[in-house]
Amino acid sequence: MGKREYMPGPVVRKTGQLYDNPKKDVEKIRLTIDGREVEADKGMSVLEAARGVGIEIPSLCYLRHINETGSCRVCLVEVEVKGARTLQASCVYPATAGLVVHTSSPRVRRVRKTMVELLLSDHHRECTTCIRNLNCELQNTADSLGIRNIKWTGEMKALQVQNENPYIVRDYNKCIKCRRCEAICSKVQEINVYSAINRNYDTVIAPAFMQDLSQVACIACGQCVIACPTASLTEKECIDSVWEALEDPDKYVVVQTAPSIQVTLGEEFGFPAGTAVTGKLAAALRRLGFDKVFATDFTADLAVLEEAHELLERLGGRGKLPLLTSCCPGWVKFAEHFYPDCLENLSTCKSPHEMFGALTKTYFAGKEGIDPEKIVVVAIMPCTAKKFEAARPEMGTGDFKDVDWVLTTRELARMLRQADIPFHDLPEEEYNTPMGTASGAGVLFGSTGGVLEAAVRTAYYLVSGQEVDLPDYEELRGFSGLKEADVHLKDRIIKVAIAHGTGNARVLLDRLRSGEPFDFVEIMACPGGCVGGGGQPIYGSRWRKEISLDYRHNRADALDRIDASKALRRSHENPDVQKIYKEFLGSPLGEVSRNLLHTYYTPRGKLPGFHFGGIKGSHEGHVEENIPPHDNQSMPRPEIAPKV
Amino acid sequence: MKIKSIEDIEKIKERHLPLIKQRLGYRNGLGLTQIMVCSGTACSSSESREVRLELEQELERKGLQDRARVFKTGCFGFCQYGPIVMIHPGEIFYCQVRPEDVQELVEKHLVGGQVLERLLYQNDSTKERTPSIEDIHFFKAQRRIVLRNCGVINPEKIGEYIARDGYFALADVLLHKNRDEIIEIIKKSGLRGRGGAGFPTGKKWELAAAQDLRPKYVVCNADEGDPGAFMDRSILEGDPHSILEAMTIAGYCIGANQGYIYVRAEYPIAVERLELAIGQAREAGLLGKGLFGTAFDFDIGFRFGAGAFVCGEETALLHSIIGQRGEPRPRPPYPAQEGLWGKPTLINNVETYANITVILRDGWEWYEGQGTATSKGSKVFSLAGKIHNTGLIEVPMGTSLRTIIFDIGGGIPGGKRFKAVQTGGPSGGCIPSKYLDLPIDYESLKEIGSMMGSGGMIVMDEEDCMVDIARFYLEFSQDESCGRCTPCRVGTKRLLEILIRITEGHGEMEDLEMLEELSYDIRDASLCGLGQSAPNPVLSTLRYFKDEYIAHVRDKHCPAGVCKALLEYTVDEEKCIACGLCARTCAAQAITGAPKQPYRIDPEKCTRCAACVAKCPKKAIQKGIKKDVGNYGKTGIYAGPGGTEDRATL
Amino acid sequence: MAHHTETGESFREQEAPVRDYQEGKKPTQEDERAKKFNDLERVIRRYSTEAGQLIRILQKAQDIFGYLPEDVQAYIAEKLEIPVSEVNGVVTFYSLFITEPKGKNMLNICMGTACYVKGAQVLMDTLKEQLKIDEGETTPDGLFTIKSTRCVGACGLAPILVANENVHGKISSGEIKKIIQTFRKGESVENQKH
Repeated sequence: MGKREYMPGPVVRKTGQLYDNPKKDVEKIRLTIDGREVEADKGMSVLEAARGVGIEIPSLCYLRHINETGSCRVCLVEVEVKGARTLQASCVYPATAGLVVHTSSPRVRRVRKTMVELLLSDHHRECTTCIRNLNCELQNTADSLGIRNIKWTGEMKALQVQNENPYIVRDYNKCIKCRRCEAICSKVQEINVYSAINRNYDTVIAPAFMQDLSQVACIACGQCVIACPTASLTEKECIDSVWEALEDPDKYVVVQTAPSIQVTLGEEFGFPAGTAVTGKLAAALRRLGFDKVFATDFTADLAVLEEAHELLERLGGRGKLPLLTSCCPGWVKFAEHFYPDCLENLSTCKSPHEMFGALTKTYFAGKEGIDPEKIVVVAIMPCTAKKFEAARPEMGTGDFKDVDWVLTTRELARMLRQADIPFHDLPEEEYNTPMGTASGAGVLFGSTGGVLEAAVRTAYYLVSGQEVDLPDYEELRGFSGLKEADVHLKDRIIKVAIAHGTGNARVLLDRLRSGEPFDFVEIMACPGGCVGGGGQPIYGSRWRKEISLDYRHNRADALDRIDASKALRRSHENPDVQKIYKEFLGSPLGEVSRNLLHTYYTPRGKLPGFHFGGIKGSHEGHVEENIPPHDNQSMPRPEIAPKV
Repeated sequence: MKIKSIEDIEKIKERHLPLIKQRLGYRNGLGLTQIMVCSGTACSSSESREVRLELEQELERKGLQDRARVFKTGCFGFCQYGPIVMIHPGEIFYCQVRPEDVQELVEKHLVGGQVLERLLYQNDSTKERTPSIEDIHFFKAQRRIVLRNCGVINPEKIGEYIARDGYFALADVLLHKNRDEIIEIIKKSGLRGRGGAGFPTGKKWELAAAQDLRPKYVVCNADEGDPGAFMDRSILEGDPHSILEAMTIAGYCIGANQGYIYVRAEYPIAVERLELAIGQAREAGLLGKGLFGTAFDFDIGFRFGAGAFVCGEETALLHSIIGQRGEPRPRPPYPAQEGLWGKPTLINNVETYANITVILRDGWEWYEGQGTATSKGSKVFSLAGKIHNTGLIEVPMGTSLRTIIFDIGGGIPGGKRFKAVQTGGPSGGCIPSKYLDLPIDYESLKEIGSMMGSGGMIVMDEEDCMVDIARFYLEFSQDESCGRCTPCRVGTKRLLEILIRITEGHGEMEDLEMLEELSYDIRDASLCGLGQSAPNPVLSTLRYFKDEYIAHVRDKHCPAGVCKALLEYTVDEEKCIACGLCARTCAAQAITGAPKQPYRIDPEKCTRCAACVAKCPKKAIQKGIKKDVGNYGKTGIYAGPGGTEDRATL
Repeated sequence: MAHHTETGESFREQEAPVRDYQEGKKPTQEDERAKKFNDLERVIRRYSTEAGQLIRILQKAQDIFGYLPEDVQAYIAEKLEIPVSEVNGVVTFYSLFITEPKGKNMLNICMGTACYVKGAQVLMDTLKEQLKIDEGETTPDGLFTIKSTRCVGACGLAPILVANENVHGKISSGEIKKIIQTFRKGESVENQKH
């Protein structure tokens, strides 16, 4: 491959950035914690300083760099100021030189206990039947403080649980008002779904007017779910429906796993972050009774081919540039709500898991001679937005939904536990063919930059007929919020960019709007990409969850290792993909694939449900309506399943 | 005309001085009778505007408009006796003047040259009528520094403010002094914040001045939220320019060019006066660009509170000013370091600002000589509740409660016994009679479990139940809690629930310990001042009136006869003449009876509205202790919400 | 960030072009609504140049609509380009904002301490009893809304009833009944006129 030029370094956003790469060379200070003189970085909070030297202070509302507000008052410590000992929230109290701190005095322990008791007094304590049982920060904190009796009791809230949408359930009665959901949604994702509503005891953290999430401009990314310390925000479980399908002898149940599942599921069973459990995963699914165990990585390869062709088509002057990737349903919904003017730029490719569903009920059904009506497609996804995507009315072929049920990584783990499958002892098994074969490129879809890198590998080949030196795209990896590069495609330099986390996406999209010339852009809604998805295992220690890029790094590295270990590393080399084109699809962007594998988008408005039409001065265009698909990406909704 | 120099303001002063001098008691042969009509909120609500208009018309009708003029003025503080009309020369002080009195007043006083006796202040005990304000004890015992212009000048005329040496301090500061000098003077004066906590004002200024970040802001906290405190409102209504001048000086000292006044939307008159004053100051070049010909620019804008007590807390106020939920944030950083839009911001309360020009005009040495060792100057208190003279007073720091309540305030009406005085609003405490002789300042009040707060004083007599008062304040604090931190959001709710339990007769002895324990934890753990001080009313009443709590819990008896659930109304059969009036009055139809038989009250139906008590011609209906209150304490079972069952969970 | 200040003359809203309405024709409900939004638009244009004026805009919007319905909150969010969750958070935080239409007559009992110790609770009970509604509610005929209010600072005249901006001091239960009757009479007189 030719010479590459890179744009200047990463863009770092000021607020709410998930933390990464601890600063080096910061000034050190010394302070006394619990009688021990310890060293800390200047600018650290007392909490960070203490944790840095292994002194644990319980906390609930604190999320490093995201939510540092001192609201829950559980991390209180005694600080000696001018001879007096005052209680301070250690998460926001600056560690200064010479400070004397007591983290576990009787007074501290008593007040901490009161705080947690007060929280528990307004918390629906159904621990044994709770989705977060044994993985709940409130439960763990109560346990570690030894709360056996709740002294303060009184009125408890009894609000309607909101679950009218297919992806996230909001139970206000378990909310402890830590506001981590609000912080991550507004500061990291910059969607601003949540705000505190009302005041005093009536305070709730909710979308405007306490509407269900389906009524507001929520992108369903689920970052709030992994930020939530309790079960106040959870994915909408559909485990039971999957069990039902598995138990039904008339059903042929096909499962697909997203690329990132193989590097995250292990955490649910005690493996360290970044352990690849691909073989055990396949084995486990088979034990659950799935008829075929396939990989979404396969259709990721397919999507690469479609998308690379689309890119070349657009570079050739047919269609709008830059081409924006469309495999992330959170990002697609984000664009539909906030950047409707970018919808023409979105690739018309369905996401790999929808492509998978469509092909299973057509190609696979035909090949195996199974009535598509009997096929149930279950997708194991790192994502809550996939649940939304699967429920989109246009995501179907004829009478069939492409994908019937989407389970998050966490739900799969629960199913395995329900079935008493000894995950540790499982043998390594292979995925089924044909739709279980994947190249290294397909695997890369699981983390930020992967889709673009995979597509560029193939596009380069398509243009030049040569293979790219693989390690050369290292710069497209890594966890900077924004990455940019110039890529030589034979005689043309294309400008590519990558953003992850919708807060970063806004920066990039605003630059696009202002006319900066990009050619190909990858956006993923969750920080880190799918490895940081809202359906992934909730990571953290016994007391506190972490939302950092550190562990997501580990997960992504594991994906990179899988890629590197594969013999096939380019999507177009995947033999089963080649076969499906030969046997069924014809060519990328051909008629069949246009019918089955491509879709269209719908502007949804920042304020769905509010119509200001007819009122002078109001902007039109946020009225929910189906706009006709754009000309050259015209994608009529498939009416009939193509004959196989 | 834009004022550019001291000479310019001297000229304005000269022009208005004769009017002012006469009002201050000089017989300067002005040849004009000045009729001052109070136009503060209290007097306005008792139709002082109508009185003023009527006066103007009457003067015209009588052809007296050249000899006499009507002026609006600020609050005299004697609110109970409003509307107040004061006539100069002679300082004749008329109380409770109704529009229909105007004709007689003009006829007798202005035409006839005689004092209209029946509208003069009458001393309740001696029944003596006093013509001159000088002779009214309420005023005699006061020392008005902050309120110096209230009742003297027309707050809507900048000239009158200048005639009272207004804007001279600003001129002097801008033309002759450097900022460090001024900050030093404020520090030496010992002035402390009048908003509640009493932080040294000079230190605050110094910290804000030391910041390098620009721009900086000056904020006036006029979100007077303490129920029962209205001194800030009176200052804004009666002397708005003094605040503008002090804010401008503060701006100069810390290096800010923009000020904001954060004022309650519930204070429409204050807002109107401030708007007028800002307009006049701009026109005169006292706000805007290049003040007094220097390079210093300063302007002032408004922000409105929309009903949230917590916005008096400075970090909450900052959020509210920029249009957000008024939720406090942890300090440090302090607003002087990181305030509005992240920029250094100086926040002082109205009364604090009102002290600034006095200190600069009369010298820190003089100011420092007033008050006590730790608390300098004077303090304005608003007197309300069970007290004779409700209103606004100003006394030197260190004055005793007895002087304030019994001397100036005239004691408790109706021959009732003093029980407590509540200071500091919802953050303060109830002070019993044993501390009446304590000289009050920031420290002494804190020591006895209350606080200065903004200076509200509510006097309570034997008919006030201290448990009920604690419940009342907790209800307020819980309602006003911003909902952010756990102890305040949930803790005060639980505290309130215990208090409700007690006042409704379901209390247990252990509730008293729980009250105390939870109060201390809330105080220690809360994020902001509202939460930290919310338990004070509970702690202070527990400390001084524990017997009342015990009576409620153990005997199911409310000694003051306030807590309805613990009361029962009964008919004294001896006295009852079976007239049936009570039965007809009773809205709940709880009273039954027949002619010639004593009437009975059904305690189940009775709502304890006491309407029958008022109607009974023979005073045969008595309020008494309820006898059959279920003593839940003994069984240990309390089946209220979240009762024993819930306690057993987990 | 622009920090204009506004006081005095500039305080009155500046005229902005208003859509003409046909004179003489009885405005329909839609016309009324459109006119109100038109007024709101003017308020927003007037204040949105200044940073952090959301609260002022909401106050003005409440003056126009009488309360802050959801679509008004959403409209303001849209125009100011701030999240609607934030607007709703602010509206529900401050007690002066109401989200339900209020009655024709607002009866506020001051619940400041001074009023409380002088029997404000009894007055509140009287109101509730007379109108058969609870605090914060509106009578079915839409005539009255009762509320308790924070200290209005007229403690010298405690207890206080604020009836439609008019402060009534030293009020008794009897007087409250009279005031209610007066309002009711006024209403029936008006009805006869129509």
